[in-house]
Amino acid sequence: MAEFFKDLYKNRHPYTFITPAVLLLIVFAILPICIALVISFTDMDLKGLADWSTINFVGFKNYVDLFTDAIFLKSIFNTFFYVVIGVPLVIICSLGVALLLNFGNSFIFKLFRGIYYMPAITNIIAVAVIWGFLYNIDYGLFNYILSLFHIDKVQWLEDPLIAKFSLIILAVWKGIGLNMLIFLAALQGIPKSYYEAAEIDGAKGWQKLIFITIPLLRFATFFVTITTLIGWLQFFEEPFVMTKGGPLNGTVSIALFIYQKGFQDSNFGYAAAGSFVLFIIIIIATLIQFKLRKSDVEY
Amino acid sequence: MTEKVKRQTVKTIVTLVLIIGGILVAIPFIWMILSSFKPDAEILEIPPTIIPKHVTFQHYIDLFQQLDFGIYLKNTLILVVFGFVGMFFNAMAGYAFAKFNFRGREKFFYLILATMMIPGQVTMIPVYLILNQMGLTNTMAGIILPGLVAAFSIFLFRQFMTTIPTDLIEAARLDGAGEFFIFFRLIVPVAKPIFAVQGILAFIGAWNNFLWPLIIANDESLYPLSVGLQLLQGEHGNEFGLQMAGSAFMVVPIIIIFFIFQKYIVEGFTMSGLK
Repeated sequence: MAEFFKDLYKNRHPYTFITPAVLLLIVFAILPICIALVISFTDMDLKGLADWSTINFVGFKNYVDLFTDAIFLKSIFNTFFYVVIGVPLVIICSLGVALLLNFGNSFIFKLFRGIYYMPAITNIIAVAVIWGFLYNIDYGLFNYILSLFHIDKVQWLEDPLIAKFSLIILAVWKGIGLNMLIFLAALQGIPKSYYEAAEIDGAKGWQKLIFITIPLLRFATFFVTITTLIGWLQFFEEPFVMTKGGPLNGTVSIALFIYQKGFQDSNFGYAAAGSFVLFIIIIIATLIQFKLRKSDVEY
Repeated sequence: MTEKVKRQTVKTIVTLVLIIGGILVAIPFIWMILSSFKPDAEILEIPPTIIPKHVTFQHYIDLFQQLDFGIYLKNTLILVVFGFVGMFFNAMAGYAFAKFNFRGREKFFYLILATMMIPGQVTMIPVYLILNQMGLTNTMAGIILPGLVAAFSIFLFRQFMTTIPTDLIEAARLDGAGEFFIFFRLIVPVAKPIFAVQGILAFIGAWNNFLWPLIIANDESLYPLSVGLQLLQGEHGNEFGLQMAGSAFMVVPIIIIFFIFQKYIVEGFTMSGLK
């Protein structure tokens, strides 16, 4: 035993280096997931927070309740709505911008790279304030521009269906920057000789795009798809700051539902159960992606 | 049409498309800046003026005199400082995983990577309960601790530091340098590029941090800019000029920093090997 401690002391440096990070991650990531699992089977609420003896074990009741909760079912529908429309839109837009930006390397292209990245580094509250003003039904810029074409006022955030699209527009605007940089890094990694060889064979510009560029971006596209999909399944900030889930729960997402149940209603057990449903959806979506990629490689 | 002329036309079209797209992307920013200098009456005019007729700085002055943006700014800067502290924790861990052989290395590393897959919503409530149990709600420590270290950052530091030659470290050890001396005096300067990228990202992340301050802070004296801005939006709902000035105050510094250090961020993505 003494030998073991002597050994540990001699090799203490790597442990000293990793201790702060490992300790913080255990306390704020590993331990919480265990706690979340336990409380998802209890009726823990604000009372339970003060006095643990009032917490009761309720089995699968929270999970059963979730799937009869009309708002939760609506939040699942809304989340899939966001994902199905938003994810392809983000991927297409960021790939498009990256392809355009890859045309040149002069100052102007670098400037535009910065401009397209700007929304990605903008604070979400500032985004909400600015876009709330743009979407304002009476004084907003968008409705003013539409009025120039004699189009009636659009209820950007007041109509349950239009509000979903308004949030998607905002999220796409914010989501292009990061993915564009990933695509751009991948594009710049493609050897020039591939294109030269294709030119010798007489390939036209669009042929080079379809037969060389797009296939070689397969890994970047896979990475962007996975991360964007996971991000959009957790769609939270946009409805949280723009609409608080309204009107008529028309924009509430699963993640927002969890937040509202947890921090507004202090229904911790119920919210934790909701968060595990979301976790399982994310895992399933990721597995499907990996499965599709496998068949893609064999092809 | 010769090949050269054709290429030139394509490039012109591409540039034009980029300019139009760029303007569309930038409209919210342009509108924010322009509106922040308009007097209240002018902002609600229909049709709206594009360039302010009467430029005013009153909204920016109000942020500090009527509202507490001075305090919010101080708190945000505290978050930024601790964001850098967190970056050094990430770097130290990344260095240990890259350059030391020790028992449990793989296990610890996989444990760290595994935390990347846990969605924020799952840990949000338990982390709040843990902080509550530790008596850290409504304190600066409670705001800072949950996001101090990040697995992805540790991973990127490790990736970069494996490329530093081990001989260099061995030589310093033979000269009798201590491990911490080696880390701060040798490793940090050599790993400057990754520190530049992570430093900018740490700055942006801390500056924009919003959810934890909102959950943890009850006292306005603990609010950073982001939460302060949300308060402003709620309490001065129709004073768009004030809101736009507050937003500009949050957004413009980040944009300036980003344009200065743009090169490093783009290099960072190339470095992470996403090809």
